Amino acid sequence: MNGIRFTRKQLCIPYALFLICFVVAPLLVIVYYAFTNGEGQFTLANLSGFFSSPNTIGTLAYSFAIAVVTTCVCLLIAYPVAYILARSNLKRKYAIVMVFVLPMWINFTLRITALKEVLTVLEGNLAYHPFLNSVIGMTYDFLPFMILPLYTTLMKLDNSLLEAANDLGANRAQTFFKVTLPLSVPGIISGIVMVFLPSMTNYVVLDMLYNSTYIMGSLIGSYFAAYDWHNGSMIALILLFIILIFTLFTNKYEAEDAGGRGGALL
Amino acid sequence: MKKFLRIAFICIMLLALYLPILILAVYSFTTSANIGTIHGFSFQNYITLFTKPELADMIWGTVILAIAAAAISTILGTTGAIGAFYSKKIPSGIVGAMNRIPVVNAEVVTGFAICILLIVVLGVGKDTFVPLVVGHVVLCSPFVYLSVVPKLKQMDSSLYEAAMDLGASPVQALMKVVLPQIMPGIVSGFALALTLSLDDYFITTYTKPATFDTISTYVVNATKGSQTEIKTALWALSTVIFLIVILLVVLMNVTGRNKENDRKGEARG
Repeated sequence: MNGIRFTRKQLCIPYALFLICFVVAPLLVIVYYAFTNGEGQFTLANLSGFFSSPNTIGTLAYSFAIAVVTTCVCLLIAYPVAYILARSNLKRKYAIVMVFVLPMWINFTLRITALKEVLTVLEGNLAYHPFLNSVIGMTYDFLPFMILPLYTTLMKLDNSLLEAANDLGANRAQTFFKVTLPLSVPGIISGIVMVFLPSMTNYVVLDMLYNSTYIMGSLIGSYFAAYDWHNGSMIALILLFIILIFTLFTNKYEAEDAGGRGGALL
Repeated sequence: MKKFLRIAFICIMLLALYLPILILAVYSFTTSANIGTIHGFSFQNYITLFTKPELADMIWGTVILAIAAAAISTILGTTGAIGAFYSKKIPSGIVGAMNRIPVVNAEVVTGFAICILLIVVLGVGKDTFVPLVVGHVVLCSPFVYLSVVPKLKQMDSSLYEAAMDLGASPVQALMKVVLPQIMPGIVSGFALALTLSLDDYFITTYTKPATFDTISTYVVNATKGSQTEIKTALWALSTVIFLIVILLVVLMNVTGRNKENDRKGEARG
């Protein structure tokens, strides 16, 4: 034992190796598969195939539209909820926030099942309004992820700034748009990060609601089912690229508590 | 009036959020196979839920997988966080950056990538459960890491030095001084890992053995199937999980409040 001197730094080694083997290596393999064909030769066919097929391009546009609309709807609902709760003088507001967040701990497939049953009673066949139902399903699933970061940011808001704006003659609307809203941007960005990407890729919600999977994530699923690793990898790579751009863009603004989903869950 | 409107808005939102779950809970106690018509009161769904072997298997499978994945993730994530915290800037930055990849990545991509590497390239059998467990650990451990790091930063570093000066070995100092201080982060990381694993669908579908199902994959398949018995038994499952979650949240709040009171008491004392 004397030969091996234990230092605290070495504790990092197993986790670093694990990350290299199972996080970095799989992504490299994806890049390799995306640019090769079945015989292992380099090819751009998968890439050009993606951008020349109306099916895949349509899916990209459609899932983008779903993600944008879902994010906006979530924001429009979550902001007032978070604002009312954060600014109110209710005694147990944290408990109310917990009640809003609590559904996240119920398995999402079971929640979507419940939503499906209710929507079916209201609408009949859900496949008649695919876009509407997709947005409802995604909003129902991801709303808590938007409420929590907004609430946390609005709670931290310095009250004296609002009072100062008031003293300096701003009316309530001006105070909101010139003080509260700009200061809550980090929370808004965190919320968008947690809603936008999942609603672009979570094809199970649509699949469960009306057996359709016309969304980015599902392309991977269908190539997976067809054992087409090369085209599947290309879709994964394109998604990765979108995620990368999105992350670089939002990283600057995001709230410091970068727990992401973690911060929202606990 | 304004206050009334605000409270009404909050209530409507809560209602919209909970109505589907509550309606399902009510119907789970009836013999109805569809929402809309209530026939008779019955515990049949609950009896099916707890007696049908395939349902029991899938629930136990989900729970055991979640506990195993959370335990491994907690060990890896915690040691990784401690190691990175005491490492130089560049290695710790690299670990932090790699740790961020699964956090921002879409689960579909993570699951697919692990499937390609382990199953297609390396030829590991799905039946060994190795790809499944690895996938879940990849999903969970970054969040353990992220919940331990802030606790390390808050820690009083002189205590470790003091323990060493007083003759503790590095291992002793770590176990008796560092570990207790970061324990809250480890516990919340473990809880987070559990919930992530329990909720996961994508990584599971891409890596699971064909005959194994978690709650998520099972429910998705069941909604496409036509077996009414299974469908309504899942309503019962949803209700049971809902009740467990409520119980846990209430318990957490009660114990949390007690701790806070204790702390206040200590401060006063």
